[in-house]
Formats: sequence, structure tokens, C-alpha cells
Amino acid sequence: MYIDGFKHLSTLGKTLWIIIFIKLFIMFFILKLFFFPDVLKRDFKTNEERSDFIIEQLIKN
Amino acid sequence: MTMLDAALTDWSRAQFALTAIYHWFFVPLTLGLSFIMAITETIYVKTGNEEWKKLTKFWMTLFGVNFAIGVATGIILEFEFGTNWSKYSWIVGDIFGAPLAVEGIFAFFLESTFIAVMFFGWDKLSKKFHLLSTWLVAFGSNLSAFWILVANAWMNYPTGTEFNPDTARSEMISFWDVALSPFAINKFLHTISSAYIVSALFVVGVSSWYMLKNRNVIFAKKSILVASVFGVLSSLFIIITGDGSAYQVAQKQPMKLAAMEGLYEGKEGTGLIAFGILNPSKKIADSEDPFLTKIEIPKLLSLLSYRDANAFVPGIKDLVYGNEKYGIEPAQKKIERGKISVQALNRYKEAKIAGDTLAMNLALAELKETFHDFGYAYFDHVEQIVPNITLVFYSFHIMVALGFLFLVIFILTFWFTYKEKIESKKWLLRVALWSIPLGYLASQLGWVVAEVGRQPWAIQNILPVFKATSHLSVGAVQTTFFLFLVLFTILLTAEIRILIKQIKNGPKE
Repeated sequence: MYIDGFKHLSTLGKTLWIIIFIKLFIMFFILKLFFFPDVLKRDFKTNEERSDFIIEQLIKN
Repeated sequence: MTMLDAALTDWSRAQFALTAIYHWFFVPLTLGLSFIMAITETIYVKTGNEEWKKLTKFWMTLFGVNFAIGVATGIILEFEFGTNWSKYSWIVGDIFGAPLAVEGIFAFFLESTFIAVMFFGWDKLSKKFHLLSTWLVAFGSNLSAFWILVANAWMNYPTGTEFNPDTARSEMISFWDVALSPFAINKFLHTISSAYIVSALFVVGVSSWYMLKNRNVIFAKKSILVASVFGVLSSLFIIITGDGSAYQVAQKQPMKLAAMEGLYEGKEGTGLIAFGILNPSKKIADSEDPFLTKIEIPKLLSLLSYRDANAFVPGIKDLVYGNEKYGIEPAQKKIERGKISVQALNRYKEAKIAGDTLAMNLALAELKETFHDFGYAYFDHVEQIVPNITLVFYSFHIMVALGFLFLVIFILTFWFTYKEKIESKKWLLRVALWSIPLGYLASQLGWVVAEVGRQPWAIQNILPVFKATSHLSVGAVQTTFFLFLVLFTILLTAEIRILIKQIKNGPKE
């Protein structure tokens, strides 16, 4: 049913799938990769370092 | 807080608001239209009347357009958590992780699996199994919303968790306290009922356009009948859930309630503002009248907030400067307690490094005792705890006024359709058509009340927004703000254009 459904997509269905793929590509391969790093994962190696950093930030007034 | 920090916080908030608002343009139809489709398909299966199948398929097409373009737009909010709000994200990671994991495992897969069955299975499955798929899509999408709203509710009312000073994370001690907190339940019910109203307005409005064009009249009348009944029931339900939400706000976020009502000085037997224009020169501490003009329903705010018509409802001034008579602490006391709490965290950390267990235990006990006001430590002056009153007040009152207008529209469209007089009521059809954007406006305003009203907090009383941001350059956040503005505007324009084209094409014969 799934294969058959995808094989016989209407023009609207095809358009929507194209939009979905373009959108997901922009989101995951452009925005996420180049603009939205996980800052704490990038800047620290271990969870302990991350915890220490956050505690430092909370203590700093 | 430096000027640079303030700019970073403002741009991070603006970006989050922008993406959340755009995301919410897509969500309501997914939540509400799915139930309207399920209802019309149920009528088709019960009656065998092909007209109902045609009708269901048409609304399902519009549902599909909305779903396809809106799907995954919420993930951008999660990107922002990790980048712009990394401190916040670290602290709440354990709380957000559980509900969002449940959402991912159950609700999303339930929803996405049966969406394919729903679209591809019309001629391949039995009528009853197809109907079951449609209902499961409706329940699955609403279940997704539940888990996301649980996470949001926790920020407003952090419960079922304990802060771990070793990991700097709020850790869950009771999943059910988080998932079934009265705040979460009310927020979920109130939010989904607003989505149902948006969807009902959409169906009534589009059908009214067909009536005005004298096209697909039988189809349009059937659609109006179902959607207007759905709209009336949702509107009555939203009054109940709105009351429940306001009651919770009164207990847990009295400042938000005071801002919603423009209430500066609390009193016993407080009235509800039915209509009001705020005095723009009013300051928190002065004695000027907060309103240029107002219409007030006596005692109603006390009754709704505390189930007692003579109850004292605290105002902004009481919550900022305190009110001894009613046992309301000044915010300055909370700031002092917050500072003690932060110092206790510092002492805990130093004692841990020194290996002094006794000092650690003493510091931990003090931290636990004062943690409920931890976030107050970061304020320089008490007035910082007040949200934007003008924005919250007008958003709330416009939302409520529109809500009552929609109820009237649903009653009238139902009545005149039932009485076979709807064709002659051109004015009503026009009003219904133009109510579609008003539905979205009211729903968005609800979020403005909820989110602006809880400022300055990212987590109520624990973490102010300006302590929750990452150390990024303002320029980086501005860049992604405009990238999102372009991306979402393209998506929204694409959705509106495709929807209009499908509506103009009309239901397939």
C-alpha cells in the first residue's frame, strides 16, 4: 500500500514531498550544521565539564 | 546585566518568539481538522452516503497540505535550545527529555504511520479500518501536543523535580507529577480547544466562501453543520479550560494574572475588566489611575481566581513591594533569599572541592530550603519581576473578546444552516470568511499572554531568561533570526498559495 501510494502520487502530493525534502535539507544540512551547533557539546568534552561551567555561570551574579 | 547581554537576550527571545509563532500557524489545523475529518468520515461510514466521503477527502487534502508544510517546523525550536539557550537547556534537559522522548516514541510514530494509511488506504482497506486510521491520526497529533505542552507547563510551574547541585540539572523525581500537574492538564486542554476553534472557523469560513460563490452548496452546508457544532462545543469547552487555566495562574503566577487584568493595587472582591484602555503614563509605584476608561464586572476576578467573590486578589504593587496585611512578601525579600540560595550553591561547590562532607550537607540543606526563590538572586531591582503589562493586558482581552465572537458566529452559522436560511445571510457568510485570520490571531494572542505574561522567567522563580542564554554574538542571533524570517515566510506563503489553489479547485466529483 505504501509503495503503491508513493508510485501513484498526485501532482499535489509530489509538490508537497518536494517542499518537505527541500525544507528538511535546509533545516538539517544548512541551518543545523552551520548555524545551530549544540554550544555545550562543542565547547566541552565531558558532562562533568558542562556541569561545572553551568554551576560557575549560576554562581556568577 | 550589560547592554550587550540585554541585546543578546532580546534577540534570542525575538528569534524564539518568531519561530514559535510561525510554528503555531501550522499546528492548529493539524490538531482540529483531523477531528473534523474523523467526524465526517464516521458519518460516511455510518450512512454510506458518498457525499460525506467526498467531503472528508477534500478536508483531508487541505489537512495534508498544512501537515506537509508545517511538519518539523517545531524542530527549529529545539535547535535554538541547544544554541541560543544552552544554559537553560542543560538545566532542564532531564525534564524535557522524558516527555519529548515519549512524544517521539508513541505519539509521533502513531501519527505519522497512520497518516500514510489514511491518505493511501482509501481503496485498499475496509471502511472501518480506514476510519480507525483517521481517528488515530487525530488522537496521535493531539497526544504529540500533550507531551510538548507538559514540557512548557513545567517551565511555568516546576514540579516533580529536584535540582542536583553536582550536575546543575533539574532531575525528575516524579514523572507523574510533571506529566499530570494541574498546570499541564489545563494548558493542554485550553491549547487544543483553541486549535479546534481555529479549525472549525477554517472549515466554516472556507465553506462560506463556496456559499458566497454559489458553488458546491450541499458540500458547504454539510461542512458548516459539522464544523459549527464542533466549534460551539469547543467554544464552550474553552470557557471551562480558560477558567481552569486562570485559576492555576492565580495560584502559581499571580504576577501574570495581575498583568492580564492591569491590576496594580490588589483588593478584596476584585472586579473583572470586561473592557479597558490602559493609562500609558501609569508607573508601578505611583497613585495614578491605571485606566483611562474601563467597564468592570464586580467581584468576578476574585470569584474566578479564588472561588470566593470577596477574596483578595494581589496587584502588581503588592507583589513587587509586598502587602503585610495579606501576608504578601516584598520581592526584595525573595531577592535576598535568592542570593542566600546562590551562595549556598557556591559553598556546596567549594566544600565538595575541599572534600568537606559536613559543609557540603549544610550548604545543600540551605540550598534546598531556599531554592524556590533561587532565580530572584539575579535581579538588581524589584521592578524587574514585572512583565510587559500593556502587551499582556491587551492580548488577553482581545483574545477573550474574539473567543466570544467566535461562539456567536458558530451558533448563528449552525442555526441558519439548520433552518436552510444560510444562503440569504450574506453578511454572516462574509463575517465567517473573515474570521479565519481572526481565529489564528486569537490563538497566537493566547500564547503571547502565556509567554510574555511569565516574563522575566524562563523557569518560574528559578531561572530568569537573561541567565538562560548562551554566550553568542548578537550578530549571530540576528543572522539566524532573518534566515528564519525568510524561510518561514516562504513556507507560509507556499501553504497559503497551495491551500487557495485547492480551495478554488473545490472537492473532486
